[in-house]
Amino acid sequence: MSRPSIALSRFGYGPSAKDSPPADPRRFLLRQLDAYDPAPAAIAGRMRSRGETGEMVELVRSLRQDRRAAMAMADEATAMASPSEPSKDPRAAALEGLPPEYRSKLAEAREVLVGDIAARTQLAVSSPTPMIERLVHFWSNHFSVSVGKLGTQFEVGPHEFTAIRPHVLGRFSDMLKAAVLHPAMLLYLDQFQSIGPNAPFAQGGGRRRAVQPERPRGLNENLAREVLELHTLGVDGGYTQADVTELARALTGWTVPGIGRVGRFAEDQPSGAAFVALVHEPGARRVLGRAYPAGEAGQAMAILDDLAAHPATARHVATKLARHFAGDTPPPALVTRLESDFLKTGGDLASLTRTLIDAPEVWTPEPVKFRTPFEWMIGALRLTGAGKLPPQRIVGALTQLGQVPWRAPSPAGYDDIAASWAGPDALVRRVEMAERIAGNVPADDVLARAEAAFPGALGEATRTQLKRAESGRQALALLLVSPEMMRR
Amino acid sequence: MTTAFDRRSLLAGSLVLGAGTLAMPRLAFAKSAGSRNLLFVLLRGAADGMAMLAPVGDPAFAALRGAALADYEGAPRLGSFFAIHPALSEVAAAAQSGEALFVHATATAYRERSHFDAQNLLETGGAEPYGTKDGWLNRLAALLGEGAPATPRALAIAQAVPLALRGDAPVSNYAPSALPAASEDLLARVSQLYATDSELGPLWERALETKAMAQDDGLRNLRDASAAGELAASLMRDAGGARIGMIELGGWDTHANQRFAFPRSARGLDALLGAYKAGMGAAWANTLVVVATEFGRTARLNGTGGTDHGTAGAALLMGGAVRGGRVIADWPGLAERQLFEGRDLAPTTALESVIAGAMAEHFALDPKRAMARLFPGRDSAPLSGIVRA
Repeated sequence: MSRPSIALSRFGYGPSAKDSPPADPRRFLLRQLDAYDPAPAAIAGRMRSRGETGEMVELVRSLRQDRRAAMAMADEATAMASPSEPSKDPRAAALEGLPPEYRSKLAEAREVLVGDIAARTQLAVSSPTPMIERLVHFWSNHFSVSVGKLGTQFEVGPHEFTAIRPHVLGRFSDMLKAAVLHPAMLLYLDQFQSIGPNAPFAQGGGRRRAVQPERPRGLNENLAREVLELHTLGVDGGYTQADVTELARALTGWTVPGIGRVGRFAEDQPSGAAFVALVHEPGARRVLGRAYPAGEAGQAMAILDDLAAHPATARHVATKLARHFAGDTPPPALVTRLESDFLKTGGDLASLTRTLIDAPEVWTPEPVKFRTPFEWMIGALRLTGAGKLPPQRIVGALTQLGQVPWRAPSPAGYDDIAASWAGPDALVRRVEMAERIAGNVPADDVLARAEAAFPGALGEATRTQLKRAESGRQALALLLVSPEMMRR
Repeated sequence: MTTAFDRRSLLAGSLVLGAGTLAMPRLAFAKSAGSRNLLFVLLRGAADGMAMLAPVGDPAFAALRGAALADYEGAPRLGSFFAIHPALSEVAAAAQSGEALFVHATATAYRERSHFDAQNLLETGGAEPYGTKDGWLNRLAALLGEGAPATPRALAIAQAVPLALRGDAPVSNYAPSALPAASEDLLARVSQLYATDSELGPLWERALETKAMAQDDGLRNLRDASAAGELAASLMRDAGGARIGMIELGGWDTHANQRFAFPRSARGLDALLGAYKAGMGAAWANTLVVVATEFGRTARLNGTGGTDHGTAGAALLMGGAVRGGRVIADWPGLAERQLFEGRDLAPTTALESVIAGAMAEHFALDPKRAMARLFPGRDSAPLSGIVRA
């Protein structure tokens, strides 16, 4: 790959139909740091949906006596994970007879989710700062939230739009606090119902337990564990079970606005979450050997700040960034440079981005990554100049390709290695999708477009096949699945 | 206990040790050399074990399930105590010819009621949700590859590789696509395009092979269960096919109108298994199918004729190599005080022990080693006497 091609495809999301190859690839990338828009108009109306979430969760809770309705609602949350699938019979049966207010809430949740996915996709397709869009998606995957749990449909889009986008060139500690303490994460990893065993609410709860035996009523360590394992220190980061439990205690009280009988005591937080002191575990905490005085909402934030500055976190983040830009097996020297940059600058992500731009390991001529389905789709839409697509079609295409945003199978997010994506079935699907896309966009002058899109990087095999193609459409389909498009 | 059978006699192990166990080391080489097939069918959504295999002999069953009892009049029996749901006719036929067995009152170590966490545990074999990143089927493939010329081919009949099959061992996947099939001409040109590419070339070759093997699938997706079963068999029956397969079925979360919802899903499972068995042909003799779900459902029907998330359920093992025609169960009983937390069938057999034991026998692995690799940290012992040596 040539340097212009690396700037376009490895750092960014591939050449756009309207762009010419960058004359100065490094400056082309550095300029994106200044030109990046964290809050573009396309998502202006999609930032906050907190009222909806609490309402939806409360709806289900108020249905506690009506098991059928409650479970249909929960099933719908699962079904939402595959929005392009037509209704499956059992779900339709379960929905039968539900009051209209619940049905309309479900339809609304579906529409919001599909719209958010489409907005995110279109943003990347049309972005003049595709490298920074890539960083948004990288960090969004680092702090992965996934639809499937109740209420998350309204929150996964805003999580990326409000907790990730503003911080991709800011401080890691700010992104950590915003992402971890956002309603999407609090719901996804069960934090919203975690209760301190010695909190005033739990202490007075003997009678309540008898009334509501199925309500969760204790500490939930899910989020605390993932913060340590996935978001900060990493699995070998040197924390113990005691640290997990202490962080879980500190996190109690952080929940979603509008939920529960304690909801009226909630204080709204900047992250869009709420803090309820009544369910917060009182007292001082000790995490990684450091003491934290009692401090309600601020206690968890103080711990998160220290976790963000921890050397193990620097190492973990550096390794993941290096893997994303320099290859599945991250070059140790690059990891070390990113790590020391992180420690020196206090986790300044703009500085880390500049370190990546200046890293010779990221400018190696051989491709270093196999594109994930989402990356390939964005690359294909940018290259062909496909116009605005209906949201449902975007979600359907991503579903068929196998990677829908905010639907990763685990809190670890989607894998960032070729082994997970370079499968036989994936290739067939890309070929099928390529033929379909090529049938719907202008397909003239494909060879010249290919030379411009992959400046100095178009292989002989691809050039030969494009020349031999029987039609412009076929040439375009071949270009979309060429090795140059599969890798970056 | 005065049920219609001696519950302990149903427990596997005590009666079948001896010859089989002693014979295993001798056979170990031949089996791990790769003639044995495994299909893992994961029922996502918590299939109701008590609908699948109804304990009609339990005096408390009628009160719990009321009208649903009528479904089992004239249904095929396994002993006098259990009746197989009539929608599972292929399974019943296999049981009656000694090629299918059920394990009842079984559950993983998971005791909460979240689908996601429970499926995560069942697939990873880990001790806590999300604590383990790879799947037990993948670790099985790796284990079988140790000391063998090659890791056995493992294939998911699914669009994405399911968690159970993910990990370090190489695996493949295939699923019928809702996308219009690419034209033959384009496929041929892609072959030329990738001919000199050392990564895409071989992947594309495998893709075309798999596509050719699956060419008459005529499917847009995997919803036609019978076709999915044929597809799985077509990808596994030949010497060059996959030795380990996995397929997922949904539609088991029957919170309402279970008498209608359950048979629909059960007919799908039955059609899949019947088509798979027929499709495997002679290879069926060396095949084991394990059907499992993340947890069972409540013992009592709820107010809308459905069941809610429960604890213990049933697992099904089927195949030419299975010592079938029976039920393995340490039956806990269905009286109020015998139910887990007053609502669920109580778990008495660890599902991990069933799976690890079946794998050990089917592939002639040391049972303890199989248990330690597939389901580390469990204290229960692997079951024996499931598969013929």
